Amino acid sequence: MLRRIFANVLSWTYLVLVYAFIFLPVAVLVLFSFQDGRLPVPPFNGFSPQWYEAVFVDRKLMAALGNSLIVALVSSVISVLLGFLAAYALARYKLPGSALQRGLLIAPMTVSYLIIALGLLSLMNALHIPLSLMTVGIGHVVINLPLCFAIIYASMGDHHINIERAARDLGASDFKVMALVTAPMLMPSILAAFFLSVTFSWDEFIIAFLLSRFDVTLPVEIWSMLRSGLNPKTNAIGSLVFLASVAVLLILELSLFGRTKKS
Amino acid sequence: MTAPVSIETVSKIFGAFTALDAVSLDIRAGEFIVLLGPSGCGKTTLLSILGGFLSPTSGRVTIGGQDMTYVVPSKRPTTTMFQDYALFPHMRLVDNVGFGLRMRGLARAERDEKALGFLDLVGLKASAGKRPHELSGGQRQRVALARALAVDPDVLLLDEPLGALDLKLRRQMQDELKAIQKRVGTTFVHVTHDQEEAMAIADRIVVMNQGRIEDFGPPSQIYMRPRSLFSAGFMGEVNFVSGRVAAADASSAKVETALGSLALPADNFTASAPKAGDRITLTIRPEHFRADDRAEGPTVTLGEARVAGSAFFGTHYRCHLQPCATDTRALVAHLPQSASVREGEIVPLAVRAADVVALPATGHA
Repeated sequence: MLRRIFANVLSWTYLVLVYAFIFLPVAVLVLFSFQDGRLPVPPFNGFSPQWYEAVFVDRKLMAALGNSLIVALVSSVISVLLGFLAAYALARYKLPGSALQRGLLIAPMTVSYLIIALGLLSLMNALHIPLSLMTVGIGHVVINLPLCFAIIYASMGDHHINIERAARDLGASDFKVMALVTAPMLMPSILAAFFLSVTFSWDEFIIAFLLSRFDVTLPVEIWSMLRSGLNPKTNAIGSLVFLASVAVLLILELSLFGRTKKS
Repeated sequence: MTAPVSIETVSKIFGAFTALDAVSLDIRAGEFIVLLGPSGCGKTTLLSILGGFLSPTSGRVTIGGQDMTYVVPSKRPTTTMFQDYALFPHMRLVDNVGFGLRMRGLARAERDEKALGFLDLVGLKASAGKRPHELSGGQRQRVALARALAVDPDVLLLDEPLGALDLKLRRQMQDELKAIQKRVGTTFVHVTHDQEEAMAIADRIVVMNQGRIEDFGPPSQIYMRPRSLFSAGFMGEVNFVSGRVAAADASSAKVETALGSLALPADNFTASAPKAGDRITLTIRPEHFRADDRAEGPTVTLGEARVAGSAFFGTHYRCHLQPCATDTRALVAHLPQSASVREGEIVPLAVRAADVVALPATGHA
């Protein structure tokens, strides 16, 4: 009896500690974004929304937020599209060296973002392409394409082959089969790939830092704010970024897992 | 619409495996044809070649007189009903059925109307707004049929469409398929390995084995007058008795077997005319044994046999008869319900000469 209570207490303590370990930093960040004072460090002086007001009137921060959104959405759309096409080709056609091609497509996942960023940086220099949000977007496609490919490829089962055959048999062209049958059937995994890409792009720093110049994304802007010292305003913007990520995750959960339960 | 189909010496070779070996077949417009055979006999390969999913290694396929050998599926006047139904899971039934019409450029209102008509044909008009996962297997089956028929194909190809249904539903769907085929008049080519299904629906049956056509004809002919030992054995239970042609003329032949000798009309040699000295195998269906040799006209007898066992099957008694003359394998006979047979009893092996089919002997017979 006593042993069971002890085991129970121990496992609950463990659970609380794990969650504390994961979420305490975020909790502290959010808490001190409401700090009524100039320093985001204890003691907590009371609640004030002033730093959020400061964030929303900060033109540079708002511009960076918009940039991040554009880069995340555009690069994710491109990654999903390219990933889907590659997955479709490798799943449905006999291609030369298909195992090798699959490996090559997934390989960038194993390379560190820093190496990818450095490589792209020297490539852009060699090609005399000026750094911009576009180059950041290109970098994000490089890191997200393997992910999108892997997710979509894994969901392309053989049981879909006959369904695509049926569509072709009823007169659909290859493009129509893909657009009207294959893509809608794979929508859950396509959406999963898209939303994961968005979150990865949304808070990616190294590539965005090295491949941007005048227009920067939010993580880069936050970093430059941090250089001028700690400030509850950075906590406020951090909390907003966190909120955005949670929102995307919730959309993912509701749209996707709601769907799969139904079908 | 409907069209005749002509298959001219079509072969299909996969690496070292010959799936189809110079198959020729002429199908009339509006016929219900069943390709029957065990798995691996080439029936599905032949269907895929008709549908355009495979190209033959050699040979020619024409549909309605036009060469279709290398035409892609979307450009053929054929549609296929797949074994796993292959419905579009993300579309409502009315959109599933209307898909082919959409590909032909029909406006939504028009194709919905036609699609509803075909859903009505298969009795699912009320479920038009549902999605495939809400349906039972039999209902999905019907939607697949409606979808394939909606584009008005000349030829409908059915790839073991009833294989996944339970027995009762299968019998019901067979009747429905047959009725719908009569109504629309489209040429149906149906693949199955179930000989009862083949007999229930076919106008003509094509029996296939190892990439060749063994037999081709109406169900009664295939059953009563098989042209090969394989065909005889595949269409139902049958007894094989080896023998030799002792003498033959234009109208009849005398055959000697271990059970005794008998005279058969020359017509009963369905594969080739009898010649003296030919090694042959007699095929006798279990229900062709007569309980006594007085009933139903003249019979021939293969000596006597001892009843080694019998069981009541409802429609008949199934008996094992051990011939007295030799200790070869026991013969299986279906005797009428009225027959009173007891184990150990000695009965004559009486059959009508017209019911015995003689085929050339092969190694395994």
